Amino acid sequence: MSFWRKHLMGESRTRDVLLVLAALVAIWELGVWYYEPPKIFLPPPSAILAEFLTTPGLFIRHMGYTLWTTLLAFAVSVALGIALAVAIVYSRLLERTIYTLLVALNSVPKVALAPLFVIWLGTGMEPKIAVAVMLALFPIVIDTVLGLRSVDPDMVNLARAARASQLQILAKIRFPNALPSLFAGMKVAISFALVGAIVGEFVAGGNGLGFLVLVAQGQFDTTRVFVSLVLLGLMGTALFYAIDFAERLMLPWHVSQRGEGGSQHGG
Amino acid sequence: MSQGTQPYVALDRVAKVYPSPRGDVEALSDIDLEMAPGAFVSVVGPSGCGKSTLMKCLAGLVPITSGKIDINGHKLDGPPDAMGIVFQRDVLLDWRTILDNVLLQAELLRLPRADYRERAMQLLARFGLEGFEDRHPWELSGGMRQRAAICRALLCDPELLLMDEPFGALDAMTRDDLNVELTRIWQGSNKTVLFITHSIVESVYLSDRVVMMSRGPGRIVEVIDIDLPRPRPLAIRETPAFGAYVHQIRHHFAELGILKE
Ligand SMILES: Nc1ncnc2c1ncn2[C@@H]1O[C@H](COP(=O)(O)OP(=O)(O)OP(=O)(O)O)[C@@H](O)[C@H]1O
Ligand SMILES: [Mg+2]
Repeated sequence: MSFWRKHLMGESRTRDVLLVLAALVAIWELGVWYYEPPKIFLPPPSAILAEFLTTPGLFIRHMGYTLWTTLLAFAVSVALGIALAVAIVYSRLLERTIYTLLVALNSVPKVALAPLFVIWLGTGMEPKIAVAVMLALFPIVIDTVLGLRSVDPDMVNLARAARASQLQILAKIRFPNALPSLFAGMKVAISFALVGAIVGEFVAGGNGLGFLVLVAQGQFDTTRVFVSLVLLGLMGTALFYAIDFAERLMLPWHVSQRGEGGSQHGG
Repeated sequence: MSQGTQPYVALDRVAKVYPSPRGDVEALSDIDLEMAPGAFVSVVGPSGCGKSTLMKCLAGLVPITSGKIDINGHKLDGPPDAMGIVFQRDVLLDWRTILDNVLLQAELLRLPRADYRERAMQLLARFGLEGFEDRHPWELSGGMRQRAAICRALLCDPELLLMDEPFGALDAMTRDDLNVELTRIWQGSNKTVLFITHSIVESVYLSDRVVMMSRGPGRIVEVIDIDLPRPRPLAIRETPAFGAYVHQIRHHFAELGILKE
């Protein structure tokens, strides 16, 4: 019990959130029951659950596909993002070129490029991963660069005074110092990766919850759209808290300083 | 202090200018200073007079603009061998335990950690940190953190020890304790120490030689040899001889308009 209390989030906070959610679902159910809006407009939660239970295997399979796409894209983004960030911090040239470009490109609506990836990579998982990486890479690179740079100059001086190598300074000082920023970036990136995967499924089709939403929408089956949306919501929340949990395990020194709960910034 | 031997540290007309877009800052000007091997030298002076800059130049961390620094007969070119350094802020790594923070020094010097574990534990105990080896820096008070930083600097038995106001943030009692402990470690160790402080009393108590600095630009205004017997009990601070040194330094700063008294 105390393990979860310490690591996941305040137990009372979890309870409060669940209570509010339950209340919202109840209001939704009662509202639909009382006002009787057309079913195509808004189905009640009970119908959404019933719809899910008709073909649970199908939904789970597509959810698995989206989850897998998201996780692969996230892993690629983290690995590539860290490598890029280190390169940027250590090279003036790369900083002036790649970093400047990345920051400038960040404001471009990258989602609009998704159709290009279908042309280039076909309609398998690759274009979906590509779109997801394109979205998730930015927060990782930008936050990691920030973290690598924000080291106390005297910490580096301490290492230089012992004639430590650049590699030692990176491994023992700069990188650990950047971990909190990296995690902040990863929390944004995991959500962005999911968004990217869905967008990829919208344009490339074939598989995934995004694809299910599209198909259901074509059939005006709003209930099925909602089943997919609820599953997506659950997945996004679970992914976010998985990162949060990993952060608590890996960076107890940082979490304890930041104080209980509360995620920092958005991307 | 042995006279006539080659000094361990020698600064010859050292100047340091920090370039800055809003006009250059002349942090050090015309600094001449010699430190005999094994000498304990303190630097006192008002805030901003270039004490930290002086230490960083000596540590080979900041390039000097002109002049020359010799350490152990060699022209300084980057951080010298066998140096321990304590910065004005403790710069402990939050993600390491106190013991691992102390052992960092061995790691950075590429010495085997295992060989220094025992010594690290002993040092921590000497500085009153027994039982805190496995805590993290953020679980310690400011004074405890600073003591851990001192242990880190001492771990690999440096010949040259540079300390930038290590006791600045401590209460008077802890400070007295640590002054005694530091003297004990220094005595019979043949370490050459440069100790920066704001406290005139502390500088007289600890040192063979007190260097008085003034600002605008940072320069040495007076060097006073402290001829008091060692070992020095804390009570030496109540003796007339001690009081005379403190008075002399205060008076000199007052004349320069730095201390009002
Ligand atoms: N990296 C830097 N770049 C530009 N100017 C600097 C830099 N470091 C110090 N200075 C300037 O040099 C002067 C001396 O600074 P220094 O830190 O050496 O003073 P100090 O005597 O250690 O002061 P304190 O007692 O407050 O620590 C100051 O005017 C400061 O503004
Ligand atoms: Mg200073």
